[in-house]
Amino acid sequence: MQPRKAAPPKPQSRLRSSIGLKIVMAVSGILLVGFIIAHMAGNLHVFEGREEMNAYAHGLRTFGEPLLPHESLLWVMRIGLIAAVAAHIWSAIVLTHRAIHARPVRYASKKPAKGESRHAVATMRWGAVVIVLFVIWHLLDLTWRTVNPVKDVPDAYGAVVATFDPSRWPVTVFYLLALVALGFHLRHGVWSAVQTIAGPNTAWRGRTQAIALGLAVIVVAGFAIVPLAVTFGLVS
Amino acid sequence: MKFSLRIWRQPSADAEGRMVTYVLDDISEDASFLEMLDVLNEQLIAEGEDPVAFDHDCREGICGACSLVIDGQPHGPQAATTTCQLHMRKFKDGDLIDIEPWRAGAFPVVRDLVVDRTAFDRIIQAGGYISAPTGTAPEAHSVPVPKQDADAAFTAAACIGCGACVAACPNGSGMLFMAAKVAHLGLMPQGQPERHTRVLGMVAEHDASGFGGCTNAGECSAACPKEIGLDVIGQLNRDFRKAAVRAA
Repeated sequence: MQPRKAAPPKPQSRLRSSIGLKIVMAVSGILLVGFIIAHMAGNLHVFEGREEMNAYAHGLRTFGEPLLPHESLLWVMRIGLIAAVAAHIWSAIVLTHRAIHARPVRYASKKPAKGESRHAVATMRWGAVVIVLFVIWHLLDLTWRTVNPVKDVPDAYGAVVATFDPSRWPVTVFYLLALVALGFHLRHGVWSAVQTIAGPNTAWRGRTQAIALGLAVIVVAGFAIVPLAVTFGLVS
Repeated sequence: MKFSLRIWRQPSADAEGRMVTYVLDDISEDASFLEMLDVLNEQLIAEGEDPVAFDHDCREGICGACSLVIDGQPHGPQAATTTCQLHMRKFKDGDLIDIEPWRAGAFPVVRDLVVDRTAFDRIIQAGGYISAPTGTAPEAHSVPVPKQDADAAFTAAACIGCGACVAACPNGSGMLFMAAKVAHLGLMPQGQPERHTRVLGMVAEHDASGFGGCTNAGECSAACPKEIGLDVIGQLNRDFRKAAVRAA
């Protein structure tokens, strides 16, 4: 063994260390999960009818007025979301890059994965690409209405009904596909974030795995119910 | 028993390697995996060929030298078992068995199935120790250790540093090895003075050696012949976070 001649390795950037990146990934991920749950709950206003849904959308824009400027809540959310998404993707890219370099020669023989959330782990990276593509489409469709037949921004209800019209079935299929990717992402991501931040606890590991699975199922179901209701004519 | 073996042959670190097929007959089902390779090597030597190089030492499952990826699984198909403790009765007569070295950029192949695991030694040098005065051994009861801590530290200390965690990890991360050492030393009173410098030094060396990051896939723990649990990685994360905040 070659003794290391130099002094102890110089202190690395803590943030760019493999554990620092993992913590960035976990914290930004938890913020995004919080947003996703709030978004899902907000979507369910669609079942209360056009007035209620549009009033909810309007309320988000006028929150705190006249004390706060127009759309202040939305802008705080937007800036927070953009920062969280940027941090999440940055850490993912750096870690993926390192992972590729950490195994320059691949195994000839494939091994069956054995980890506790192996099916979700297998989808984390390409599933993330599906989610990114979906978010771009989603913004064009329901935020900016670039590709939505209803250009009237205050009519959130009308835009939802129009985009999931049975004649536009590929939109609904893409939405559901992205949800499946998101579900798998949460299945591994939620437990992984808790493991990273909460520290060692063998007893809670199994429970966290179950909570992550439950949360993934609830989020997928909560989001999927809206386009399915529109497509099958329960909301029109 | 009869086996077909596809073995990674690479004459030297810089040479190109490839999988080569060998057929082996008359192997006892009670032979260990390494004894089976010994038989192959005797056969190769008799034929005037180069024997297959592989690491091994104690053959009792405690030294951490043996390091074969068998059918894509570090240390083969049997859980909680090193390659040397794996026996041919775990396989079926006529099986085709793939044998590869640990695959990691930080563990370059030296020859055939032998890899250079010096990177692990560097991680230990960067903090995986305690500083203790030499001299007469102190009275064992002078430093009380709670039983719970002693048990947890002992479980982590079971790590033999074989590197199966790295070989199994989809990211080529050495986190389970490093975490086992951090948990083992950090749980003991003797490990406290260097607790923070230890974790910062080891993680810096781990990353500088070219190991990947941990994504909690859990393959390391599943492959570990000593069944080190993922909870040690939770301990490592927590110690790192505390040390990084304190150092900032």
